[in-house]
Amino acid sequence: MSNAVLATPEVPFESRGLDKKQTWWERLRKGDEVVHLITLAGGWSILVITGLLVQHLWVYSRLSRHAFGWHFLVDSTWDPVNGVFGAWPFVYGTVVTSLLALTIAIPIGLGSAIFLAELAPRKLSNALTFLIELLAAVPSVIYGLIGIFLLIPVLFNVVPYVQKYFGWIPIFNGTFYGVSYFSASIVLAIMVVPFIISISREVLISVPVSQREAMMALGATKWDVTWRAVVPYARQGIMGSIFLSLARALGETMAVTMVIGNVAQVSTSLMAPGYTIAAVIANEFTEATGDLYLHALIELGLVLFVVTMIFNALARLLMLTMKGHEVVG
Amino acid sequence: MKPFDLSQLSRAHEVRFAADESTDEKLPWPQFTVAALNFFYGTHQALKGINLIVPNKRVMAFIGPSGCGKTTLLRTFNRMNETIPGTRVEGSIRLGDKDLFSFPATRLRRVVGMVFQKPSPFPKSIFDNVAYGLRLDPSIRRREIADKVEQSLRRAALWDEVKDKLHQSANGISGGQQQRLCIARALAVEPEVLLLDEPCSALDPISTAKIEDLLFEIKNSCTIVIVTHNMLQAARVADYVGFFLNGELIELNRAKQIFQNPEMQQTQDYITGRFG
Amino acid sequence: MSASYPPLSRKITNVVMLALTGFCTLLVLSVLLTILGYLLWKGASSLNIAFFTKIPAPVGQSGGGVENAIVGTLKLLALASAIGVPIGLLGGIYLSEFAGGWSAFTIRYTTDLLNGVPSVVMGIFVYTLVVLPMHHFSTLAGGVALGIMMIPIALRSTEDFLRAVPRSLREGGLALGASKSETIFTIVIPAAIYGIITGIMLDIARVAGETAPLLFTAFGNLYNSPGWLQPTSSLPVVIYNYAISPYDVWHKQAWAAGFVLLSGLLVISIISRLILARGKKLSHG
Ligand SMILES: Nc1ncnc2c1ncn2[C@@H]1O[C@H](COP(=O)(O)OP(=O)(O)O)[C@@H](O)[C@H]1O
Ligand SMILES: [Mg+2]
Repeated sequence: MSNAVLATPEVPFESRGLDKKQTWWERLRKGDEVVHLITLAGGWSILVITGLLVQHLWVYSRLSRHAFGWHFLVDSTWDPVNGVFGAWPFVYGTVVTSLLALTIAIPIGLGSAIFLAELAPRKLSNALTFLIELLAAVPSVIYGLIGIFLLIPVLFNVVPYVQKYFGWIPIFNGTFYGVSYFSASIVLAIMVVPFIISISREVLISVPVSQREAMMALGATKWDVTWRAVVPYARQGIMGSIFLSLARALGETMAVTMVIGNVAQVSTSLMAPGYTIAAVIANEFTEATGDLYLHALIELGLVLFVVTMIFNALARLLMLTMKGHEVVG
Repeated sequence: MKPFDLSQLSRAHEVRFAADESTDEKLPWPQFTVAALNFFYGTHQALKGINLIVPNKRVMAFIGPSGCGKTTLLRTFNRMNETIPGTRVEGSIRLGDKDLFSFPATRLRRVVGMVFQKPSPFPKSIFDNVAYGLRLDPSIRRREIADKVEQSLRRAALWDEVKDKLHQSANGISGGQQQRLCIARALAVEPEVLLLDEPCSALDPISTAKIEDLLFEIKNSCTIVIVTHNMLQAARVADYVGFFLNGELIELNRAKQIFQNPEMQQTQDYITGRFG
Repeated sequence: MSASYPPLSRKITNVVMLALTGFCTLLVLSVLLTILGYLLWKGASSLNIAFFTKIPAPVGQSGGGVENAIVGTLKLLALASAIGVPIGLLGGIYLSEFAGGWSAFTIRYTTDLLNGVPSVVMGIFVYTLVVLPMHHFSTLAGGVALGIMMIPIALRSTEDFLRAVPRSLREGGLALGASKSETIFTIVIPAAIYGIITGIMLDIARVAGETAPLLFTAFGNLYNSPGWLQPTSSLPVVIYNYAISPYDVWHKQAWAAGFVLLSGLLVISIISRLILARGKKLSHG
């Protein structure tokens, strides 16, 4: 048995061009390396652009950074004529409007998300979500337009009543000019609500049935199940959506510029006009005379960039870990 | 030439040649000669010391419980496993008298065609599906393509069913037709070997019968290696059958022999349904 | 028995809270409808032929249109697509077909971050990158700004749609002797093409409404802007400038421009969804 014959083909093994030398044309056409390199260039250009972006913001803000250091963020004088730049009114306005906007948007957004994920029939829910996502596609300058010509006239009718009864609270007193932190916050709230709804709805829907059943079996009401089992389970994704919205609110420019009043002052009253970082850049950038002024504005851009990147990164991280959690669980 | 004991092939760890019983017939030469083949997915060894010969222009079937490495072996024959990152081959495979790994993989796969378990027509028209492989070769002229498409569809016994809708989407035909389309697609480039990985597992009995019929036709011009879960199918279509277990080739024999009088106990257990 | 549990107070909470969630949804929807309705009413009533065919009339005079802004926006979008689409496509192909592990993660994460950069900061970047060296505002600068803003979405949506192409199709191509790149270009991309086009159209719609980055790149122009190296007007910037102006005539123009811009965006987004639906239908027979 050990010396069995290994037959060779009667018709000699005809390798059908397998052995033929490859032409350069075939090598190029079949070559994955070229395609790999070209697409790699596309992918890496993202890193190059981001790198350039950071470098430019850093280099073109150097005069201001050197002149004012960290005081830039906390000094309240913004005086282009005398070359003194302190950004506190803008920082303050940005923080106040964003936080107020989230305070309005979170309950409404989360409430709608719960309704759409838990109560509405899936078909209706999908249709409504489609409509709500349209709200996210409306350009911010159009929100500004609506803010100026629809929201502010409405507020002129509403605010006096609020002030009549609650005027003794510092955040409501003072003359109302229409343009204010408050108006800006409402516009911002409308702009970020679709984000909160659409992301939170997704994560709520993806909560496994087992999480609900345990509590249902105990005779809990629908609301109990939603609030104590479903929402806590989805909290990471919801937090992610909130951070994304915060980043978006902090960097929002046009709509805010159009309704905040653009006055570089710090007021306790939400009814007073103010200013935000993004708004001052939009307003003064093309009029900036002198390098220090320009660098101060670009440093504001740098600040805005760093802060929004932090919140974006946090949001992505939350969503990443949440995905990991789903795979494991 | 003296007849030899096929059953030795699987046990003796040396390479032998599988000859036909009928002594008059021309001896088939070895299409593939596999020696001491190990295969790894990362650290997981899926094939262990496989030795075997696949004779030319015969049908060889691989059977065995799932996860035993049949697909893996089939996919090393046309080097599809190379497309999975982290895999590694040890040992040797020869195509005819040449090292399988000495060819450019893209050319090799035109000589060694493959049909997968799940029908996977491209989201293109029926015609474009069959023409796909032909168009990859710039030396095939456009006029020839239409002829070759028709010819392959006929060989796959599909022509009559689709000749009026050649330019409709291939996703619109039934599962059995889709699988025959995939066979036609593979045949269009006139491969020497056709690898089929459980081609009928997703199909109804009638489609299965059609595919088995067409295998008998193709067999005259192609070496066929088929993986199947269905013992009856192996008995019907195969000349030789290899039984795998846990990455090892337990027994290789003529189909009749394996099903009537297997040499190994494990083979006996498997074909009588006593495990897996 | 069952009537006693859960207690009445919890049942009331249940009903009240569930009703409140419905109320929230209603509130959001009514805001949406108010915005769209108001824009439609104000915009349509301010629209006329001159709006599309004339350039702005001198301050204080009535009449005139924003033909220059419409042309400007189209030119900006064409340039932006010419920059953003190829890079996005290539990057998307790289991420889905070639990149692995560390480099894929870095690029993906950076892309998502770039997508979150406030548009006004992107305007500053392109100002320092293009406007400062060239010493003047231009269509080119505006197009670069919008183009860079298009990359992240073009890239990620391309990647997602390519990834969704099943491995069996790729293997089908490889098994016929196609190389990896041939498989990508003849099977994977055609199979995903409807999705990719949809993603790019939505991307264009998204940057079409961007205003802040154009303020200090494309700037604005009261007249038509010849070529690519002059400042140019654009619809979003016109809306902004007219809205904050003190003239009623211009307010009307702002409404009309807002209406035209939003209609354009909605039409693009509806068409692209139709394309996607058609693609799904084609590939499922
Ligand atoms: N892509 C893969 N990565 C890692 N392990 C795999 C992969 N494909 C198959 N395996 C493993 O290799 C072994 C053999 O698989 P396979 O050849 O598909 O078996 P069969 O086709 O006989 O059912 C199995 O244990 C399986 O888990
Ligand atoms: Mg298998």
